[in-house]
Amino acid sequence: MANELNNESRVDQPTGTEFVGHEWDGIEELDTPLPRWWLWTFYATIAWAIGYVVIYPAWPMIDRATEGVIGWTSRGQLAEEISVANKAREGVLQQISATETAMLPNDPQLMQQAVAGGAAAFKVNCVQCHGAGAAGSTGYPNLNDDDWLWGGDLEAIELTLQHGVRWDGSEQTRFSLMPGFGEIFTDPEINALAGHVLSFTEKSESTAAGAQLYADNCLSCHGQTGEGSRDQGAPALNDAIWLYGSSATAIRGQIRAPSHGVMPGWKDRLDPATIKMLAAYVHSLGGGETLALEVEELAEAADEQP
Amino acid sequence: MNSPEDPEPHDDKRNRWAEAVAPAQSKPELDAASQKVAKPSPAQSSPAQSSPAQSGSDVPLSDLYEKHTVVHNQRIDGPFRRFKWAMMVLTLTVYYVTPWLRWDRGPFAPDQAVLIDLANRRFYMFGIEIWPHEFYFVAGMLIMAGIGLFLVTSAVGRAWCGYACPQTVWTDLFQHVDRLFDGDRNARIRLDKAPWGPAKLARRSSKWSVYLLISFVTGGAWILYFADAPTLLREFFTGEAAPIAYITVAVLTATTFALGGFLREQVCIYMCPWPRIQTAMLDEKSLIVTYKDWRGEKRGSVKKAQKNPEEYGDCIDCQQCVAVCPTGIDIREGPQIGCITCALCIDACDRVMADIGRPRGLIDYATLEDCEHEAAGGEPQSPLRTLRRPRTLIYGGIWLAIGAALLFALGVRTHTELTVSADRNPPFMLMRDGSVRNAYTLKLRNMEGRPRTMQVEVGGLAGATMWTDTIARENAALVQQIEVPADATRTVRAYILAPADTRDQSFTFTLTSLDEQRESDTAQTLFTTPGGDP
Repeated sequence: MANELNNESRVDQPTGTEFVGHEWDGIEELDTPLPRWWLWTFYATIAWAIGYVVIYPAWPMIDRATEGVIGWTSRGQLAEEISVANKAREGVLQQISATETAMLPNDPQLMQQAVAGGAAAFKVNCVQCHGAGAAGSTGYPNLNDDDWLWGGDLEAIELTLQHGVRWDGSEQTRFSLMPGFGEIFTDPEINALAGHVLSFTEKSESTAAGAQLYADNCLSCHGQTGEGSRDQGAPALNDAIWLYGSSATAIRGQIRAPSHGVMPGWKDRLDPATIKMLAAYVHSLGGGETLALEVEELAEAADEQP
Repeated sequence: MNSPEDPEPHDDKRNRWAEAVAPAQSKPELDAASQKVAKPSPAQSSPAQSSPAQSGSDVPLSDLYEKHTVVHNQRIDGPFRRFKWAMMVLTLTVYYVTPWLRWDRGPFAPDQAVLIDLANRRFYMFGIEIWPHEFYFVAGMLIMAGIGLFLVTSAVGRAWCGYACPQTVWTDLFQHVDRLFDGDRNARIRLDKAPWGPAKLARRSSKWSVYLLISFVTGGAWILYFADAPTLLREFFTGEAAPIAYITVAVLTATTFALGGFLREQVCIYMCPWPRIQTAMLDEKSLIVTYKDWRGEKRGSVKKAQKNPEEYGDCIDCQQCVAVCPTGIDIREGPQIGCITCALCIDACDRVMADIGRPRGLIDYATLEDCEHEAAGGEPQSPLRTLRRPRTLIYGGIWLAIGAALLFALGVRTHTELTVSADRNPPFMLMRDGSVRNAYTLKLRNMEGRPRTMQVEVGGLAGATMWTDTIARENAALVQQIEVPADATRTVRAYILAPADTRDQSFTFTLTSLDEQRESDTAQTLFTTPGGDP
């Protein structure tokens, strides 16, 4: 009777149960009845399913699913969870708003919160130019290093964030403009000038002509030894960091027709607390400078000690 | 007993049983047609079948679904019943008392002896504290529990089912509640059949209230393993506990009430996978509770046996073994899935045998092999020979080996650990003076229950200095001291500055605890430079 339905049912003697009629290698299946409660459990799952379909969105329609009677949606739940999370952050945000930027580091816990909040805001607003690791690229400053065009303490960073660089939207924007010398100098002059600039980092020999050109045209902003000036946003020429490249070609190009990057100010787009948090984050990346003011205060405090 | 055509001894029961259930029709002569006609008879004609059996033979065969028959097991006393009592007291005591045990771990860790602290991801068990990264200890213990079940099955059969399984213990407890409120077996059967009236209603509601109380205490004790027991208990009753505490208690109360109060043996027979696994693990050398049919058959009353001693065996068909069975089976039908080997039928049968002056052990712990041996006239052997069989020894060996390995791992584990991950974006940072800075995230793990000062040292990187997110660059040095809170991992961002001419190379961070333990851990990592490989 292998695997065929037997019309004549037979009974397994020890259990008194009918065989189903299926056999596998001599093992036969018995038609053992299920317990009744099992059947009830099955009905209960059907009832549950009906209830679920009524209460929650279930049937897919053409452009949406049926709405459940309690109106639950996963988007609604997400919005609710976000608003709960925002409410939970409110206290910290208020505290950050109320704290002077310069005073943030005095409260390490608040500073930590600010850095974390800044990291999140950075990923949304800043990575497009400065990169996910804030390492920048040619023309976009690296925010991890210790070279700052406009100052690297918390307040200077905050100011840059608020008003941007060469940004039309604010009077207080960081502004510097280097004239292009391409039409003024001859090629040999530009070569000599570039050679002098490279001599600050001992990559080239300085010439008298180059030194003279530098003294006449560049020194007022970039300084005697190429140390640059933060007041005028003039980059240092004597360090290892070059926004537009450190090769002689790149430097010559920058003398002829300088590139000037623009960074938008964020004062109208982000709230002050977020800008403060962004400043804290950028400051925390490893190159942040201690505020001059803070150093003074510390010195004063030290003086007061007997 | 044996029919002549059927010489195989292990078929005895089947044949005997068939004769018993269909005495008029000796089975070899049956053709298919007559079997079909005769089918309702097995259920009614056998005395064994008058019990509320689970085998499905109580219902007409045409029924697709079987009505649940309540098992009203009779009170019995005897050595196995007393052992069961002892096990019940032991297991329930362990369950209810454990969360209340205290264990001093100092001011920075909870003082509950056994605590599964999910919120803080710690598992405390007396002197042992397990962190999430050491979860292999828990996995090892679970494996030991699994192999322990195999070991117990191999050594003493379904002893877990019979004595220690929570389903068995709570079912036993609820059956005692039944006895307390409604009397013993016969009274309970009568009450079941009685029409609903005020008296029955009062009895049932008071009994079910006690069911509910037991269930609530069961569910309530469970949550105490997951938080500080005294605090949680107070919060629970003042309404301050977390919603999940109430939900857990509600679910466990409901399941205990349903599974212990009503479904009982149905759980063992239909829901639990363990009996199914055990049927695959049992063989003729396994210890089971068994009826010695060669001694018992043919069943007959004492009077009949006196008249005709040759024809009748020791079983007087008193049904005591069936009456006391908590799962309502008839052990005389042979080994079956419904038998949890609680041995109450042994107690019952031994008492009857003592009363009528016959030797004990008509139903007894034995292996099928021993049964054959005895049936063939051999001397009875100690059932505990199963302890010495190779299978038991192998399971025992594996179990002990895992246990020893876990203990060893526990003994040599260090409470100080360092992991280092180098920043990949950016991989290095050129500084103004041409020197190179790399950033690393260090995780300083302090598994001691007290804050410790630890020292981080940079090794193998010439001219390097280190500062961190909390140690200013002005204080940069090759060695820094960092405070790590008690029982915590402190994440530190470390900056390493190396001179301009440094090339890519490996170097090490070494973490050392600055206390009498001087525990130390070293992590190797890479310093990346714009210059690249040397």
